[in-house]
Amino acid sequence: MSVITAPPPARARQSALRRLTVAESRLFLRERVGPIWGIALPMLLLVIFGAIPSFSKPQASFGGYTTLDIYVPILIAMMLGLLSLVALPMVLAGYREKGILRRLQTTPAGPARVLSAQLLINLAAATVTVILLLAVARLGYSVPLPRQLAGFALAALLAAAALMSIGLLVAAIAPTGRTAQVIGSLLFYPLMFFSGLWLPIPSMPAALQHISHATPLGAAWVAMSTAATGSWPHALPLLTMAAYAVVFGAVAAKLFRWE
Amino acid sequence: MTAVIEVQNLHKTYADTVAVDDISFAVQEGEIFGILGPNGAGKTTTVECIEGLRRPDGGRISVLGLDPQRDRAELTQRLGVQLQDSQLPGRLRVAEALDLYSSFYRTPADWRGLMDVLGLSDKRNTRFGKLSGGQKQRLSIALALLGSPQVAVLDELTTGLDPQARRDTWDLIEGVRDRGVTIVLVSHFMEEAERLCDRVALIDKGRVVVVDTPAALAEKVDAGQRIQFHPSMPFDDSLLAGLPEVTSIIHRGDVVVVTGNGNALNAVISVLARNQIVAEQLRVEQAHLEDAFLALTGRHAAGSGAN
Repeated sequence: MSVITAPPPARARQSALRRLTVAESRLFLRERVGPIWGIALPMLLLVIFGAIPSFSKPQASFGGYTTLDIYVPILIAMMLGLLSLVALPMVLAGYREKGILRRLQTTPAGPARVLSAQLLINLAAATVTVILLLAVARLGYSVPLPRQLAGFALAALLAAAALMSIGLLVAAIAPTGRTAQVIGSLLFYPLMFFSGLWLPIPSMPAALQHISHATPLGAAWVAMSTAATGSWPHALPLLTMAAYAVVFGAVAAKLFRWE
Repeated sequence: MTAVIEVQNLHKTYADTVAVDDISFAVQEGEIFGILGPNGAGKTTTVECIEGLRRPDGGRISVLGLDPQRDRAELTQRLGVQLQDSQLPGRLRVAEALDLYSSFYRTPADWRGLMDVLGLSDKRNTRFGKLSGGQKQRLSIALALLGSPQVAVLDELTTGLDPQARRDTWDLIEGVRDRGVTIVLVSHFMEEAERLCDRVALIDKGRVVVVDTPAALAEKVDAGQRIQFHPSMPFDDSLLAGLPEVTSIIHRGDVVVVTGNGNALNAVISVLARNQIVAEQLRVEQAHLEDAFLALTGRHAAGSGAN
């Protein structure tokens, strides 16, 4: 009963998730929002900060570390914030708004796979940016690589999980791609403040430091900078991020609608 | 002929509005079955229940022997769906979309052939966002047929298309049916149903008003004849109003429109001839599905007057 019968091409046998991930990656690059915010912007800031001579001098207030040492984890936090809070929800809520998730519901692939593909792509983009940032900081500006590499990777991964869960919740409640972008941006700035983008956490008053530690990006900075200087991150920031991931992930899963 | 879709006493409520009150019908293998009705009649909700997108509050649905809710995975392989207002990512190209969606199916149709048939081959590298309304619609139809479905549900197939694109799409749908695909067509456009459908279900206020062939429906309504002409000279209405065959006379500028029963034409022409009046530009219209719809529901099918 086929419309036009032809033997299925061999490529059609690949799994739907793989095919969707390839197609969505192409769109991710074509949309340019993800690559610009998630990769180019943090790299540009690194180059600008690296060009400021005082940023490469050890600071007594930072325990002998340079301002650039302090800023590399902050740039990673910023990149995770932009990808997870703004780019991801914008795409997913836009897909719902345009009926793309609904159309997928009528195919054997289903809409959950496009969501998985989006998470995979953002995670991959984040990984590429982390590696680029660390490499350029090391080669260009003599920022040492994280001494506790596994601890650093775990901290970054938990930060990504926490942020993407919050991003999924934004995608769940925003009716349109545009609103998702607005809500994501409104969350992005305060969370970035507590990660120390404008005032590094060690320079904050004690009360602000405590608040920062309780936020996902503040906890991310604490865990990543501890690992960068050679110790395994403390349990508290890791658990804080894990808790954000679980709680926001669960609420997002409950509220997310395909249409 | 066997039924490929059976809907029995379907009921669906949203919050406090009854979208579908009580709908039953059966679609036979190989036919084009129209679901017609004004906006808000419950057409789309009905097909969404058939597609498994919505869970009915009551009643039973069987599609190719499958339960749309329980057997979702199998149903998506065998039922092609074209949704109203469903888009694709703006930067996805035509060929990419067809290639991607065909990879979802167990027995995909040859997407390149389908692209040809739908006249999209020269747009293969065009992004979805740059396509015209008609091209988007044709791509949407192609996506619905990619899995070599046994049944295709097409919702508001030609809404927003220009008359030429609409006729081309009708030809296309007939071609698909000729290849053995059973088609359910949701429409509020009567001309479309008259041209394409083997049978139609008229739905109003969540209920089936009637199920029949378009011709039989039009016949059921004895709307008689509508006679329209330019009289060669002015005449007094009483000349025709007195005829038992005539029910009404309306003047539209120079044009006279006379309605009456099946014998009205003869009577009117004889009287005019006797008075040396020539009926120029004479047109006679028979009752259409549109009239049937109006007579059965007391309402116009929304938007059918456009075009």
